Amino acid sequence: MSIQDWIKNEVDTNDVVLFMKGTPSFPQCGFSGQVVQILDYVGAPYKGINVLEDDELRQGIKDFSNWPTIPQLYVKGEFVGGCDIIREMFQNKELQGVLSEKGIETNQQTA
Amino acid sequence: MPMNANEIETLIKAALPDAQVEIRDLAGDGDHYAANVVSESFRGKSRVQQHQLVYEALKGNMGGALHALALQTRAPD
Repeated sequence: MSIQDWIKNEVDTNDVVLFMKGTPSFPQCGFSGQVVQILDYVGAPYKGINVLEDDELRQGIKDFSNWPTIPQLYVKGEFVGGCDIIREMFQNKELQGVLSEKGIETNQQTA
Repeated sequence: MPMNANEIETLIKAALPDAQVEIRDLAGDGDHYAANVVSESFRGKSRVQQHQLVYEALKGNMGGALHALALQTRAPD
């Protein structure tokens, strides 16, 4: 399986996927850590994938999304954004809205 | 090699001539910046698409020479 196929499979088979540096319990970059904190705060279940474990993956995800930086958040197969976008969406409650619209259970159901 | 704020602004304006660009050096180390970009070309586009326009303007420096650029984009009010 090519790395692009592998990424596509992860994104298609997991509702919320975070490509990050480090792991959710041990982020190794401040930007990845911020997104982890946000996802933990809203209580969304997600799968963290550590790009530092594989150079091919680290480059592959940038090509896959046409996005130059990590972290990258996918919800139901759709690229939502990197750290700045996720933070902005979290602050104005848009992220919580997107999650609940897509049927992801969080601890902050929006009305 | 880090980039300086002027280089970043010049690249963004070369690609988005109408853009108002505001850059702050976050850590004072010439390596961590925040950029606020306002341009008509963002109108009607998603945040991801808006940021991608800026990343394209930076011609491959984002994620490389530019390790840390916090980005905020919007169309003019």
